[in-house]
Amino acid sequence: MKNSSSILEVRDLLKTFGAVVAAKDINVDISQGEIVGIIGANGAGKTCFVNMVTGYLAPTGGSIKFEGTELVGLETRKITHAGISRSFQVSQVFHSMTVAENLMIALAIANNRGTDALSLMDTPDLRLKLDEVLKRYKLEPQKDATVSALAQGVRKLLDIAMAVVSKPRILLLDEPTSGISVEEKFDFMDIVMGALREDGVTVLFVEHDMEIVERYVSRVLAFYQGEIIADMPPKKALADKKVQEFVIGKEHHKKKK
Amino acid sequence: MFNDRTAKFLLLAAMMICVGGAFAPNWIVNQFMFGFSRALAILGLMVLWRTGLVSFGHAFYFGLGAYAVAILDSKFGVSDVFLRLMAGAVVAGSAGFLIGFIMRNYRDIFFAMLNTAISMVLFGIVVKTESLGSTDGFAISASTIFGLAPETKYPLFVIITLVGLTAALLVNFYLKTTFGKLTTAIRDNEIRVEYLGFSVAHAIHLKYTISAILAGGAGALMAMSLGQVDPESMINWTVSGELVFVTILSGPGNVIAPFIGSLVFEILRTYAFELAPQAWQLIMGATFLTIIFFLPGGIWSLIEKLGGKKNEK
Repeated sequence: MKNSSSILEVRDLLKTFGAVVAAKDINVDISQGEIVGIIGANGAGKTCFVNMVTGYLAPTGGSIKFEGTELVGLETRKITHAGISRSFQVSQVFHSMTVAENLMIALAIANNRGTDALSLMDTPDLRLKLDEVLKRYKLEPQKDATVSALAQGVRKLLDIAMAVVSKPRILLLDEPTSGISVEEKFDFMDIVMGALREDGVTVLFVEHDMEIVERYVSRVLAFYQGEIIADMPPKKALADKKVQEFVIGKEHHKKKK
Repeated sequence: MFNDRTAKFLLLAAMMICVGGAFAPNWIVNQFMFGFSRALAILGLMVLWRTGLVSFGHAFYFGLGAYAVAILDSKFGVSDVFLRLMAGAVVAGSAGFLIGFIMRNYRDIFFAMLNTAISMVLFGIVVKTESLGSTDGFAISASTIFGLAPETKYPLFVIITLVGLTAALLVNFYLKTTFGKLTTAIRDNEIRVEYLGFSVAHAIHLKYTISAILAGGAGALMAMSLGQVDPESMINWTVSGELVFVTILSGPGNVIAPFIGSLVFEILRTYAFELAPQAWQLIMGATFLTIIFFLPGGIWSLIEKLGGKKNEK
């Protein structure tokens, strides 16, 4: 689905671990403002794809271009500087610090990109920004709580909020609702997607929950054995035979019917 | 830099110590000089410890600082206290910067033991090299201050106190900057720091270089205080162990802690040696065990408890 407004262009992406092929022939274009759901069974290559785009894994072959800049070979922090950020399946936050301290560090780094790291971190300007982020992600009640004592859902929110403060153009979320209760998942996603839409961030998220996929994405990339087997709008994708067989599982689909 | 409680306390304490030192007996002045000299190295180790890194080889930088003073004195006749201090810090800092390129890639036990290995290499070289004083080391002439030769140790005591104060204020400021705040962040989660857009390797490299500069300055001040350097008391691995001991005794909670910890260590060691010359290590070891079991946050955590800081929170 190549179009003129593509900001991310992935071509012939390949990743092998010895004889195991984790990703192959991945060709995809992502446009500004799209919300893309990445689905697939365990081991299908979803997280591997996210890891390659964000520099955590080096591809064996192929190219990933963001706004014309080649990302393959760049260090993770350079990819962040370029405008791509991510959250993780297991929240990657600073456990011994409070929510406010976590966000202050993220804000301070985003503010100076490491060029003025010897400036004081706790400034009135950053405090204002902190209040804004806390409000937007509904983290105010937990502001002074140490992260290790927080529930998984709050840590996930914090993880995403920290990834977003650098104002990325593209955000990749790896299973944002994993570990979050069924009752809370829509509230959680409403907070996250509401904030991201406000900022006009392009979002790619890995998800196993098809209710979430149907509700929040505009396009689906279905992975199977390291390849993209479907790239289409969610309703069409979830009705697609291949997707039903290899991703959702026929049994599950029949039950739903 | 001066408007927080720690900075105000440091300024006040330094002033009182400088005034008090004028009336204190020589042995107390000596204890403070040795304690505060060592405290500089502990400050650096504290910065590393907060990052989750423990070095069992900082005697390398401590020794470099001390030997820089000794060589300047014996080969070039430099006796000015500030030139000597600067030389110690610059030599150790430069070595730390270069070795930092290797160290920033290692963590945990590998980081700790690589430092030990490097310090043992220096120890071996010094012990075997006649021109470096071999096992006997060097005697160091009394330090001068801008060409003046003081009759007592008091001026050197004041300088060491002020150098300690300046270093503590600078580290206190540093810990409040983005770089400084990253110390705990890196210990907690390196992956997140990288994904926020900051280089963990660069941050560790800077912290390592800072710790080397401080250890070099500490060695230089210790050499001037003692008037003697030798490999056994300046570079050997036991000196590195002593520095780690004092760091744990002090606790990582505040930049004031290394100064209190170092003084307690000096006093403890002096009295342990007086009470039991054959078994003073037993007393030191028992103290170490007590600290680990009952005060894992070091003396500073006790001060916090007594001051009710935790209750206030």
